[in-house]
Amino acid sequence: MTAIRSHDVPAAGRRSAPALRGRAVDRLWPSLSLAPSVLLFAALTMLPIVNLLAMSVHDVTWQQGTAIWSPVGTRHYAALAGDPLFRAGVGNTVVFATVAVALQMLLGFALALLTSRVFHGRVVYRTIFVLPILVPGIVIGAMWKLMYNFDFGIINQAIGLFGMMPRDFLGDRNLALASVIVVDVWHWTPFCFLLLLAGLESLPQDVFEAARIDGASWWQELRHVTLPLMLPTIAVTLLFRLIVAFKVFDEVFLLTGGGPGTSTEVVSFSIYRRFFTEDRMGYGSAMSVVTLFALALLIVLAQGIARQVRRP
Amino acid sequence: MTLRRSPTIVVSTHAGLIGAALAVLVPFVWIAAAAFKTQIALLTGSLFFTPTLANFHEVLFTKTSEYLQNFWNSMLVASISTTIVLTVATLGAHVLVRRQAPAWLLHGLLGWSIAFHMIPPITMVGPWFVMFRYVGLDNTLTGLILAHVTLNLPMALWLMCVFVREIPLELEEAALIDGATRPQLFWRVIVPMVRPGLAAAGILTFIFSWNEFAVALNLTQKATATVPVAIAKYAQEFEIKYTEMAAGALLSAIPAVILLLLGQRHIVRGLTAGAVK
Repeated sequence: MTAIRSHDVPAAGRRSAPALRGRAVDRLWPSLSLAPSVLLFAALTMLPIVNLLAMSVHDVTWQQGTAIWSPVGTRHYAALAGDPLFRAGVGNTVVFATVAVALQMLLGFALALLTSRVFHGRVVYRTIFVLPILVPGIVIGAMWKLMYNFDFGIINQAIGLFGMMPRDFLGDRNLALASVIVVDVWHWTPFCFLLLLAGLESLPQDVFEAARIDGASWWQELRHVTLPLMLPTIAVTLLFRLIVAFKVFDEVFLLTGGGPGTSTEVVSFSIYRRFFTEDRMGYGSAMSVVTLFALALLIVLAQGIARQVRRP
Repeated sequence: MTLRRSPTIVVSTHAGLIGAALAVLVPFVWIAAAAFKTQIALLTGSLFFTPTLANFHEVLFTKTSEYLQNFWNSMLVASISTTIVLTVATLGAHVLVRRQAPAWLLHGLLGWSIAFHMIPPITMVGPWFVMFRYVGLDNTLTGLILAHVTLNLPMALWLMCVFVREIPLELEEAALIDGATRPQLFWRVIVPMVRPGLAAAGILTFIFSWNEFAVALNLTQKATATVPVAIAKYAQEFEIKYTEMAAGALLSAIPAVILLLLGQRHIVRGLTAGAVK
């Protein structure tokens, strides 16, 4: 990397920094500043991806602390196509992400609308609602594992009050995924709430006054003023949440471990198992590569759609 | 807003919000109560019980429990990785915002950083494990710190860019005209100016590192395990010690609650920066 003087950098609409003068320390400083980020990303994100690609066409075994690599060609990729576990994982991850995020957005928006109408105690509500975001995912898993417990969990106690039979929320294959989604909704609705509330607070107030003077009903105001103005914030919140939802691991690990059967198997969990409990590094790598490729494709698609929407 | 608001609307708004607040708080209260119960009191599900500190004693002070060690490990990993992340991100963000490097490098770095942020960390853990094993960093705190730095750098870089952008360029020009070197400019002008940004990015990085489980689970062993790994272990034992798990979970939430009470403003600013103009 060479030191760059400011006149080499395209102006691109923004003013560039004052011209760097002759002192060596000044000329080198930008490169020195950027070097740690570049080196970290190169060593700990790019190298691992190269490593993944290499491992995905090998079988890797460990003998006395050294890795033995035996090439297998595209066998792992071929096996992946017919792997029922992986297929279940992809399906569950997609269902989990869409349903959970949709519910979080709806609930979060409703809560944000309510909170934005409150003047006394807004900070108290916000403090309470932020709490789940900050608690370790694994703790949330532990909490809900206790609450879902068949024998003494509070949820079965509560439905018992209404005369319903206790249910095995995490052990019943028809209920398990829904139960995990409920936990995720509890965990992450606060995040949607927080971003959407910040968006609502930043909206210009005069348009609302104008709408009210014109006699707009509550619904008309929401539909024709609030929602259109909030669209950018809604889009960003949705994107952030979807990204994190596709990474889901912690709660599933503690609550169900992917079971019963394959009913809560998610992609992250499949990859973890191939790598660390079955010691099949090559196959796990192929799974990771396909996941990364699919995500990259999704991101490109999302960008394309965003560009289409923004165009008038 | 000046608006005639009927009492019914005010009451129903608060009713809805209080309901939601209860939905958030009841699970916390319930698990906190479980931490003070005996296993039998928990299993019988009685609402009234004599609180006991036995679970905390078991988790913290018995020879078989490594919770204090885990807590110390988490503290080390979270604080060291946060310090590194803040330094690296602020240095990088200043160059990025002021465009002092070739355009392809700046765009490439920011683009890659955002793309990496979207990747499930679990896909990186396998290669990290192999690479760390080659260089002797497997199952060490150093390895875990490096991993957490990498995981949190994209968010911190993004946040620091948002905050550095708010510094008026005139201020930097003035410092340079007064004869400051670039390192002086950075440490004496930029760093003091982005203190709110450092607080926001720092608190969030600390919490995310403290909470991180998937990577810590696979890059540590008994002596280097962090708190989330320890809690998961309680749940996996043959006979689950529910009340001890509750006590461990309760203790692990302490740093987050303290940071929330002290720095709520920074947390909210950090989480919403970039999402809302």
